[in-house]
Amino acid sequence: MGRYREWQGTATHFTGKEEWSIVRRNQVSRFIGRNIELFTFSLPAVIYIFVMAYVPMFGAVIAFKNYEYDKGILGSDWVGFQNFEFLFKSENAFRITRNTILYNVSYMLLTTVFALLVAILLHEISKKWLKLYQTAMILPFFLSWVVVSYITMAFLDHQNGFLNGWLTALGFEKVQWYFDAHVWPYILNVVHLWKSIGFSALVYFAGILGIDAELYEAARIDGARRWQMIWNVTIPQLTPLIIILLILSIGNMFRGDFGLHYFIPNNNGMTYSTTDIIDTYIYRALSTLGDVSMASAVGLYQSFVGFVLVVAANFTVRKINEENSLF
Amino acid sequence: MPAHKGFRWSTLFIHLFFVCLTLTMVIPLALIIIVSLTDEQSILHNGFRVIPDNFSTTAYHYFLKTPDTLLRAYGVTILVSVIGTTLSLILTSTMGYTLSRRDYGLNRVTSFYVFFTMLFNGGLVPFYILMTRGLQVKDTLWAMIIPGLLSPFYVLIMKGFMSKIPYEIIESAKVEGAREWRIYAQLILPLSKPALATLGLFIMFNFWNEWFNAMLFIDNQKLVPLQLLLVRTMNSLDFITSRPEFASAMVSFDMSQFPSTSAKFAIAVMSAGPMLLVFPFFQRFFVKGLTVGAIKG
Repeated sequence: MGRYREWQGTATHFTGKEEWSIVRRNQVSRFIGRNIELFTFSLPAVIYIFVMAYVPMFGAVIAFKNYEYDKGILGSDWVGFQNFEFLFKSENAFRITRNTILYNVSYMLLTTVFALLVAILLHEISKKWLKLYQTAMILPFFLSWVVVSYITMAFLDHQNGFLNGWLTALGFEKVQWYFDAHVWPYILNVVHLWKSIGFSALVYFAGILGIDAELYEAARIDGARRWQMIWNVTIPQLTPLIIILLILSIGNMFRGDFGLHYFIPNNNGMTYSTTDIIDTYIYRALSTLGDVSMASAVGLYQSFVGFVLVVAANFTVRKINEENSLF
Repeated sequence: MPAHKGFRWSTLFIHLFFVCLTLTMVIPLALIIIVSLTDEQSILHNGFRVIPDNFSTTAYHYFLKTPDTLLRAYGVTILVSVIGTTLSLILTSTMGYTLSRRDYGLNRVTSFYVFFTMLFNGGLVPFYILMTRGLQVKDTLWAMIIPGLLSPFYVLIMKGFMSKIPYEIIESAKVEGAREWRIYAQLILPLSKPALATLGLFIMFNFWNEWFNAMLFIDNQKLVPLQLLLVRTMNSLDFITSRPEFASAMVSFDMSQFPSTSAKFAIAVMSAGPMLLVFPFFQRFFVKGLTVGAIKG
């Protein structure tokens, strides 16, 4: 760093016009010389990102075309906003947008509240127990949604499931869970909480461990009780972390959890009204309906609104606390 | 940690809370093991029971008789995880290292180039077309490896960790005439072992649990990984029972007795089980990873 500055300083001593181009060429070749090795290091990743992230961004123009497989992306005919018009005229656009947002809001609130509670309580117990509870809590995090869907099926199966077994034992009617749209908001929230709480609690727990021990010491000397310490030390100290995580998830409001919403309701058409989100809709439009243009219109709609939300969220963070902003 | 001595009611309640929580996490897992061990006739008569009338290991016998499908799926998953993790760590660490060097002239440009992809993406359709028509990796192992090779988020963590390595170390190596690749290989990588281990595990788990790309791109029965095997057996066991190896091995069995329900769960147990036994050993790395700088980068 220091050397770089020095060299810049000497470069400004040249002032003559005719010398400028030489200086310029000199600067360029020195710049290349200084950075070529590090650039070579980044090259594999740079190429990878170009192919996997930037090329598809240009491919998004497909949303404005009537895609035909044999004509390819460039060869297909332009149709302007026709795909979007079709999308927004159907009731699907409203349904999937509403579901995606509502589910994300409730996931965010539930997970934050419960994870905080668990993290704070974890901090109150001795180390030996801590490990046991931590291990148990994070178990579901390591399962894929596919495996979790087997677990939910064991509970919800109409014929054999545990839940229906218990309901009949208590004298109630069996419930056709997979056909009943009303129950899914509850089921999905419970399943999501079950899988994610361990990891989220760990994030907050790591945050609590980072709190200066002297603050607790001072509180103890002041005669603070246990819950007073939680209320007056732990929570205020965690607030920045909570806010960052909340705002990050606001930025992700338009990105749904495909695995959760595809596998857990078993992709059943009867419950689409309450389970279908943007991500599952795109997947179905592409894989089952084969409607490529429509799928890409929804995809671009999702990316674009998601982008606006992330930038807005970051802007908000920046207003509150510049250090915490992402960019 | 606020230490409290002696018995307190609040401590008892906290433990009670955590015991309930632990049970909530563990019981569902125990239940699918029980279902996989339940006799098919008991399921037909009584549905799933926490304590079934008759236990039976028939479901497992069927699969252990013809382990080919399952072993193959394990093989594919392991291969994808190992190749994927190795390549991913190379990409992540080289990019993370470049970005951690504040004296790198293209630092800001490259940072933007990498992290912009976190904000905006082309969506599923262009990705699908790229993979199938552009890279032509449909029905190859690469279809499961390539998409997960680099995550900007992991680059951020790697960069955060490597930035903490004092610049003087790099500078003094340079003064002694070491080239960049030597500094990277002999100084930076050994010093970054904790970050490499943590990220390596995260990446490995992602590859292990990968089903999305497999669902999109894999039709070839020979390349089906564990998770896709589970997706396919979820709705019917035909995927396994219609295989010729299975039929030929089953001559001695009465196929009408095939325990189709418990067999499904047996497959789930056999594919998720081993990982759940191994993972507690890795858990501390995950916790460490959170403190490596996951939040602030």
